[in-house]
Amino acid sequence: MQVAIVTFPGSNCDYDCYKAITDVLGQEARFVWHREATLGDCDAVILPGGFSYGDYLRAGAIARFSPIMAAVKAFADDGGLVLGVCNGFQVLCEAGMLPGALIRNRSLKFQGERVRVRVDNPDTPFSRAYGKGQILHLHIAHGLGNYVADEATLDSLEAENRVVFRYVDEHGEATDVGNANGSMRNIAGIINERGNVLGMMPHPERSVEMLLGSRDGLGVFESLREAMGAGV
Amino acid sequence: MNEYRIEVRIAPRAGLLDPEGKAVHHALRSLEFDEVEDVRIGRLVRLRLLADDEASAREAADAMCRKLLANPVTEDYEIALEGAH
Repeated sequence: MQVAIVTFPGSNCDYDCYKAITDVLGQEARFVWHREATLGDCDAVILPGGFSYGDYLRAGAIARFSPIMAAVKAFADDGGLVLGVCNGFQVLCEAGMLPGALIRNRSLKFQGERVRVRVDNPDTPFSRAYGKGQILHLHIAHGLGNYVADEATLDSLEAENRVVFRYVDEHGEATDVGNANGSMRNIAGIINERGNVLGMMPHPERSVEMLLGSRDGLGVFESLREAMGAGV
Repeated sequence: MNEYRIEVRIAPRAGLLDPEGKAVHHALRSLEFDEVEDVRIGRLVRLRLLADDEASAREAADAMCRKLLANPVTEDYEIALEGAH
């Protein structure tokens, strides 16, 4: 599996993704600078976390016009797998590749903490390594991760089983107490209609070996590898 | 071509939770400004731009809002034209 990791000015999780894919998973990855017009040969694309363009205007609002984004969109339109983590999720929403938007956390604070995330849809190329309802311990690190969309969009996301990850409490329930940042319907990650573009606020790449305190995020990358047919 | 000064006022959509506005509202209440009923915090963008006339200046600003300056999911905007200079 060859993964292209897009680096924007202000990306800061690109190396974490690179290490997760190369060191931990033993697959290939390379960085693609945002000024590039093409992705080159790759099986999947990751838009990593960070603060592209300093989150000016709105998180992801300027990055979505980077030259590389036209190639990312074309790649997705061809059915290619695109994973957006944190700032990557924000960019995908701003680009209209995923519905909704991410606004300031309910707490008004930047939150860097470990949260509980439930896998609500394990039938995607990004979550197939997990079981339905499995609880993951993942890190969040964001000030603008509060997912919002209109009621009709939220209803269709749920009806089409496109909410892949949800924030939950210690009992695994999507309650208000378990809602890390105030996201509507506890949404932590969603997938597009076609099922090949996923955005999530928690950072799977920060939980890929026990040295980091949790391996629960590795499944996202294992799922990708499996989906690409590279075997497990 | 004339130079136009335009103010674009962007605010969180009506009905959408505005955590920042809410926090400032609480702060104002605790300073005993009890008369405050609601606070919404948005963004002000001042543009100087060249256009043939007011209508096209306004049209250009509107296109900028739709494409970049505002997010239609979370924000409303209004365009105020300050006239030619």
